[in-house]
Amino acid sequence: MLTMVAQAKRASALFERNVVVYKRLPWNIVSGFFEPVLYLFSIGIGVGALVSGTFTVDGEPMSYALFVAPAMMAQSAMSGAMIESAFNLFGKMRYQKLYDAFLATPVGPNEIAWGELSFALARGGAYSAAFLVVMAVMDLTTSWWAVLALPGALLIGLAFGGLGMAIATFLRSWQDFDYVTGIMYVMFLFSGTFAPIALFPAWAQWLVQVTPLYHGVELLRGLTTGQVGPGLIGHAVYLAALAAIGLTIASRRMGKLLLK
Amino acid sequence: MRAWACYHYELIGYRRTWKGSVFSQFIVPVLFMLSIGLGVGTYVDRGGALGAVDYVSYLAPGLLVSTAMQLAVGESTFPVFSNFEWSRYYYAMQATPVRVRDVLGGLLGFLLTRVLVGAGAFLLVMAVFGAVHSPWLLGTLPVAGLVGLACAGPAIAFAARVTSAANFSLMFRFVLIPLSLFSGVFFPVERLPGWLEPLAYVSPLWHAVELSRQFAFGAFTNAASWHAAYLLVWLVAGWFLAHSSFTRRLQK
Repeated sequence: MLTMVAQAKRASALFERNVVVYKRLPWNIVSGFFEPVLYLFSIGIGVGALVSGTFTVDGEPMSYALFVAPAMMAQSAMSGAMIESAFNLFGKMRYQKLYDAFLATPVGPNEIAWGELSFALARGGAYSAAFLVVMAVMDLTTSWWAVLALPGALLIGLAFGGLGMAIATFLRSWQDFDYVTGIMYVMFLFSGTFAPIALFPAWAQWLVQVTPLYHGVELLRGLTTGQVGPGLIGHAVYLAALAAIGLTIASRRMGKLLLK
Repeated sequence: MRAWACYHYELIGYRRTWKGSVFSQFIVPVLFMLSIGLGVGTYVDRGGALGAVDYVSYLAPGLLVSTAMQLAVGESTFPVFSNFEWSRYYYAMQATPVRVRDVLGGLLGFLLTRVLVGAGAFLLVMAVFGAVHSPWLLGTLPVAGLVGLACAGPAIAFAARVTSAANFSLMFRFVLIPLSLFSGVFFPVERLPGWLEPLAYVSPLWHAVELSRQFAFGAFTNAASWHAAYLLVWLVAGWFLAHSSFTRRLQK
């Protein structure tokens, strides 16, 4: 127990370091909140007006903004976690050599991983909470289940945080990140975000269902629209499993890379 | 001749980095056509909110010029900043007979080349999507070039003035993304809230979208020449702004 407290304390040193750095760049933190909101207004509301009355999900008419909003929330949880745990972690590890400095103190590789992950979750969680408030104010949450969208978003953050960290330990250069950005973009556009995947051909539907963002979108959409069923548990389990796998790989690889 | 040398310099650099640009320049607009154009468009067309025009045909000419703007602005940020702050190539160039206007001319020429190649490829994509309705469509190419250069000028000026690269992510989030989302690419600006609508008319991208759409359908209104004139004003003003910012930075 005492060692765990000590470990948590050491991990929090990483967290504190990030807070100090971002205090000097407040707008970089604040601006991250706006992107999903802008998409919500443009595509959700703007284009939504063009499809009003004709938009249906599984044959049922639905407000398009109601459909898009949880998807934007899931997307922002994904990108928030990926930015911190994959891109920033890679930069700190490879170029800034920040962790080498940390390792000269009592902080170990696992604590570095936990510290960064908890900061990524805190950052992503703040965006998700703010976005949820925007949705509630705009009347885009139709049930009290929507409150659970916040832990849902944190689960998405955890899944992508673990995945991102694991990926960051395998990549060699910033150029390799082009592939990561590319895959994230494809997921952003096709995970049932802007149109139900029922429109896609069968092979594409199958492919989408394998990818993580789809499960995040479906989970949050079920909660914010109050269409809660056992399927949601499946989505949550998928994300939790991804988080567990990602974090296991990440913590092994971090130890190897940092202590060599 | 000296501007040509600068143009050549840009091309040589691009020969090493072009692979990374393929995705953002050629593939992203196609993905948008699929996801928003075909996906969301299915529902737009069902209700006939745009009259006789199908959504893919409505979206494509807007996406064409929006991609042109994003490409030109994107290439005017980090690469320009890097040449001032990291590699400092611009200072090296200053030690040669090259003048600021040569550097700028070479850069804008390079951006124009990139935009035209990208836009040309996108026209082929439009043909595949059945979004070609008039031979006037070819006129969207100069529109793409014009809006690219018109927006590149102020972006270059910005890159020459800032002291930290962190400013670019703010510019993308607070200027570039809102511009691309609310300039009539995805939905008509008349549907914006009243207080926001006049802002869209200031946006150079909106004028380019309108002009591009008129070319795509081969149906012109009296406003067409005003749109072009507005973009030209941005182009000229942007040039002078970029020129003075460049000169100032190089004296530091």
